[in-house]
Amino acid sequence: MKSIDSAETDDATPSSETAFLNGAEILIRTLKDINVDTIFGYPGGAVLPVYDELFDVHDLNHVLIRHEQAGSHAADGYARATGKPGVVLVTSGPGGTNTVTGIATAAMDSIPMVVFTGQVPTNMIGNDAFQEADIVGITRPITKQNYLVKDVNNLERVIREAFHVATSGRPGPVLVDLPKDMIQNKCQYSGQKEVSIPSYKPTREGHSTQISKAAHLLSNAKKPLIYAGGGVVLGEAWKELTDMAERLNIPVTTTLMGLGGFPEGKPQSLGMLGMHGTYYANMATTECDVLLAVGARFDDRVTGRLDGFSPNSKKIHIDIDPSNIGKNVPVDVPIVGDVKKVLPAIDRQAQKPAIDDWWDTINTWKKEHPLIIPESSDTIKPQLMVQRISEVTNGEAIVVTDVGQHQMWAAQHYTFNHPQSFLSSGGLGTMGYGFPAAMGAALGCPDRPVVCITGDGGFQMTIYELATAVEYEIPIKIAIMNNNCLGMVRQWQELFYNKRYSHSILKKGNPDFVKLAESYGAAGFRASNPKEMDSVLEQAMEINDRPVVMDFVVEEFENCYPMVPSGAALNEMVEGEE
Amino acid sequence: MKISKNGTAKSTNDKHTLSVLVSYNLNALLRIIGIFSGKGFEIDSISFGSGKESNLARITITTHGDEQIIEQITKQLHKIIDVVKVNDLTYDSFVERELALIKVNATRSSRSEIMQIAQVFRAKVIDISPQKLAIEVTGNRDKVNAFIGMLDPFGIDEIARTGSVALKREFEGTV
Ligand SMILES: Cc1ncc(C[n+]2csc(CCOP(=O)(O)OP(=O)(O)O)c2C)c(N)n1
Repeated sequence: MKSIDSAETDDATPSSETAFLNGAEILIRTLKDINVDTIFGYPGGAVLPVYDELFDVHDLNHVLIRHEQAGSHAADGYARATGKPGVVLVTSGPGGTNTVTGIATAAMDSIPMVVFTGQVPTNMIGNDAFQEADIVGITRPITKQNYLVKDVNNLERVIREAFHVATSGRPGPVLVDLPKDMIQNKCQYSGQKEVSIPSYKPTREGHSTQISKAAHLLSNAKKPLIYAGGGVVLGEAWKELTDMAERLNIPVTTTLMGLGGFPEGKPQSLGMLGMHGTYYANMATTECDVLLAVGARFDDRVTGRLDGFSPNSKKIHIDIDPSNIGKNVPVDVPIVGDVKKVLPAIDRQAQKPAIDDWWDTINTWKKEHPLIIPESSDTIKPQLMVQRISEVTNGEAIVVTDVGQHQMWAAQHYTFNHPQSFLSSGGLGTMGYGFPAAMGAALGCPDRPVVCITGDGGFQMTIYELATAVEYEIPIKIAIMNNNCLGMVRQWQELFYNKRYSHSILKKGNPDFVKLAESYGAAGFRASNPKEMDSVLEQAMEINDRPVVMDFVVEEFENCYPMVPSGAALNEMVEGEE
Repeated sequence: MKISKNGTAKSTNDKHTLSVLVSYNLNALLRIIGIFSGKGFEIDSISFGSGKESNLARITITTHGDEQIIEQITKQLHKIIDVVKVNDLTYDSFVERELALIKVNATRSSRSEIMQIAQVFRAKVIDISPQKLAIEVTGNRDKVNAFIGMLDPFGIDEIARTGSVALKREFEGTV
């Protein structure tokens, strides 16, 4: 059987040495040709030929991260904020295995990313050579496609294919493994831009009968609801969604990944649904009669107990990935296609439904069950912290989070009006994602303010990247919601494990974050009450030449509500403790 | 109970035969197997070999599950970049064959009885020694299973089975 290298071509015999490039040169030339401007990388033995080549390259930014996991998160943040694929370059063995968490994070959230790993020379593969790891085997379940390129003649084609696969259809990470001898061998650079993979043709247009059915259902609905997921952001369909929802005056709720896909300042917005969604979004989902799911995947954090999920609605589901449709919840009108194309097609055929009564119901829910920011003048309530950040940045920042209570509060209380502005590990729930992803976002969007809202737990998982942020003068604002514990774990232990706080309190080991920031050359501030917080935020926003760490000492045992306990239906929310 | 296209009643745990056309490379085969292990689907048998075009392989997988599981398997296989085509032959009329080599204990007294059974199954004796017979049988899974069942009382020494290979029928009668 043939090895992994698909469709190998015969070795070309070089006619004139000068017309030929080595693999490392081909890699860099091809990256530039497909408009890659930034690579997140870390050198090592197997990729030294590439690094030697990079030494003289000045029109391609290489960002030296301090750990390959952070590099893969940074590339992911860059991709989510810009819509362009993130690029990672690391060495063989541990370099590759360190990227695994970042690749899995990107895979779960369908983020376009191309990871280049060094590999031991082809004749040593399989010998347990120094720094050898079967990274293609290790990453097979978490990549959309991966390649081991043994023959330099295939390199350019594989690189172009990798970017095409990563960015088209349902996007995802792709890995290309580069043996050291291969990148030193020479061959002709073709410059041939077209990619053709006969077995890979993602569907883009929706089926017209299905589109008519969807339009008909929406036009005649009494209680319609749009449930928008990350596909709206990834598919760059925010304008199409907003146009349609406004014209038909249909309420919109978004998932965590869909935040910003519909502006939260619009009257049609119900905010986020799901486990920590708003009361009115979850009630509307439960009561609606037509549910239009757009680029969403009926994740268990969204649906709650399945038999209680939107029990009386006809469901329309638009998704680029057919395997998402009908996977968790049966669908009445499945539409496989690109949301950016399907939404306008439905919009053209749909009539504005008569739903005044539905809006009355929703507005009553909104009035009677708003999101609450508890009062306190001497301690900082975490909800207030997010609200103040939202105000100080006018809702214009790119907000990047870690995983935990702060993530849910950020999703609830920041007012998102723009797409590609809420970056968070939704699917894998990766602590340590936030800070490096924020660096990637800031490098991709230098003109936008970037705020990383993180926890004292999550920040410490990738805190060493302060070195990178200082070196490249990345002016991100890191707001630590410092509750001195693994807040979300502690909340579950309080509610479901009799307040037995097993290994979830960090107080004793937590560093002095201000001193720590300063030792790296970053700015550091601390605030322990709302007044101090306002003054710290004000000072922080003025700093533009280095990262700023803001240690916000918040109320320690605050719980995040509303909350749908696991196993409960969406309308069985706990709204707070009495 | 769901009714399949050709009108027969389907239980929820029916056997399905999937024919998958894929680029001829190891990564593609491993990704296909990875879908089954990673997502908790089952493989009853799998066979891999070259197809008509030299750069493509045909993989035949027999599996079982309810309609929703089989639909997910098909969709997940489609998602693999190197997969050209997935056919669930179960709803078509199709020919399916499996080959098995069986080594069975055969004494002087039992040898002719075994050979008679082999004849009924149109199986071929391919090796013979004073204590053993090796027999080759071809047919669909049920036939191969039945043959093995008949030989079992004599004491089976070893079995090697290929797993099913299958193609859609063009001619709707029996051959
Ligand atoms: C890498 C990783 N390990 C463990 C978890 C499980 N986990 C989810 S939330 C959480 C607590 C996070 O604490 P912190 O970062 O301080 O944020 P907070 O919840 O306090 O806002 C943990 C441990 C995870 N999501 N990711």
